[in-house]
Amino acid sequence: MAERSAERTTERTVGGIAERASGWSPGRAGSVGTGLLAYRLVAGAWLRSALAYRWQFWLELTGNALITFLDFAVLAVMYAHVRHLGGFSLAEAGFLYGTSGVCLGLADTLMGSTERLGDRIRDGSLDVVLLRPAPALAQLAADRFALRRLGRVVQGGAVLGWSLAALPVQWTWGRAVMVPLLLVCGTAIFCAVFVVGAAFQFWAPGGAEAQNALTYGGGTLLQFPPTVFGRELVRGVVYGVPLAFVNWLPAMYVLGRPLPFGLPPVLRFGAPVAAVVCAAVAGAAWRAGLRSYRSTGS
Amino acid sequence: MADTEIRSGGPPVSLYAAVAAGGFRRYATYRAATAAGVVANTAFGFVIAWTYVALWRARPHLAGYDLGSAVTFAWIGQALVATVALWGGGFQYDLDDRIRTGDVAVDLARPVDQQAWWLASDVGRAGFEVLIRGTVPMLIGALCFPLRFPSGGAAAAALAWAATAVSVLLAVVVSFGVRYMVALIGFWSGASSGPRQLMAVIGMVLSGLVVPLPLFPPALAALAQALPWSCVLQIPADVFLQRDTGAGLARALGEQLAWAVVLLACGRLVQRRAARRVVLQGG
Repeated sequence: MAERSAERTTERTVGGIAERASGWSPGRAGSVGTGLLAYRLVAGAWLRSALAYRWQFWLELTGNALITFLDFAVLAVMYAHVRHLGGFSLAEAGFLYGTSGVCLGLADTLMGSTERLGDRIRDGSLDVVLLRPAPALAQLAADRFALRRLGRVVQGGAVLGWSLAALPVQWTWGRAVMVPLLLVCGTAIFCAVFVVGAAFQFWAPGGAEAQNALTYGGGTLLQFPPTVFGRELVRGVVYGVPLAFVNWLPAMYVLGRPLPFGLPPVLRFGAPVAAVVCAAVAGAAWRAGLRSYRSTGS
Repeated sequence: MADTEIRSGGPPVSLYAAVAAGGFRRYATYRAATAAGVVANTAFGFVIAWTYVALWRARPHLAGYDLGSAVTFAWIGQALVATVALWGGGFQYDLDDRIRTGDVAVDLARPVDQQAWWLASDVGRAGFEVLIRGTVPMLIGALCFPLRFPSGGAAAAALAWAATAVSVLLAVVVSFGVRYMVALIGFWSGASSGPRQLMAVIGMVLSGLVVPLPLFPPALAALAQALPWSCVLQIPADVFLQRDTGAGLARALGEQLAWAVVLLACGRLVQRRAARRVVLQGG
């Protein structure tokens, strides 16, 4: 019921954008500004409809945060048997776990809905999205916007906060600035991965699960110290799919550790560049996917 | 009146066999989804297997698993996660939708047993999943890690393989029993996506998918092993790794069977109450 009313609100909302934004072309109208406006309005509509069932909303958010704590239990269980895993203490692993959780959680909240592109292609509702006078990506990303996905962020943030307090790190300005920078760039990289995954579904509408390997699989990978994994895997997520820039590389700077496997030390500061490159690649992939879309033809 | 007469006769077993075959064929057509699933399972398999290598190198023979068994445990988890639908899914999405839209009223009017119908379709689905998603990631894992397959002479190995097959089938039924009741919540709350997500996370931890249950602190391990989720993954994995042999094997399979029976019986009870609600709302 909530969904249907929000769907109707979306129609009205996007109609409103048409009046505010001048000159649009179907599906990929205008500027970044129009996109952000569309995102804000659509997400707001979904948020209001979720808040209409207030107790259910708070129950889901709390439940989500509590339940994701079970996830941290795994790491705690492992550290109950060893003092160091791959040479990293629990506090250091907690830093990796927390940053990975916050970045993935934020990206999932902001962009996670694009995962359902394949469903929209299959049931034909993507055509409706393309007809509306607002950028398709903004609409799809804001579709079914659900604050309860922040549960992972809350939980990751709590673990991160604990690890920051527990880490025996000499705090300098550089290290202190690196933490928020890491969170912003890491979120951007994961957002880009979500968009590339969605774009991939233009060619393989049933292949939504493959991107889980990079999003949730990547999130799990980054929870553990890089030294746990093989040299090839680590090099793959540095030079191939640059997930290592989400937290592994900047975290080595914060934790005052050398980069493993002889990686050049300058990579510790490469996250902003990686984020920009990822965003550019994601944008190109999305536009290519959108261009190749041919509806069902019926 | 005619309705009850047909029901009392009960539909033939061949009907449910046909439903199961349909479930198998249906999932066999989702080729892109299957390939995508194999990719995801393989990626997770590598991540978890590497963490186990680090853990077991630091603590050899932890919880009675040697390094080979531990790494194999990681890959068995990925091989079975889709088969037993640990994250929810399979028939669950269909039934959720039908409850939400009210189509379930049509299902209830059909002269078939609801629970048996959905169970048959889910067993068919699981049959296809185990064939592709159960084997391909495992084979890739075997190429990169020293996996432990059933051993100890032809007879012992054959017994372990056969026991694993039975154990996996029972795991699917136990998992179905849980998911069926979660789906039935929809009759009361209108949407069961919340409980479904909750069950997915609980199942992930309490089944042993992420960490074998014997690694938990003793009290928590005992609790987890007493709950049905241990039947979904921990037991089939231990049967495959030949940790349960002889009387232990019989006890493990018996525990799975007991949970399967209990959960199916509870499901029938809840279903009867749920069906009454539909009649009340519709009338």
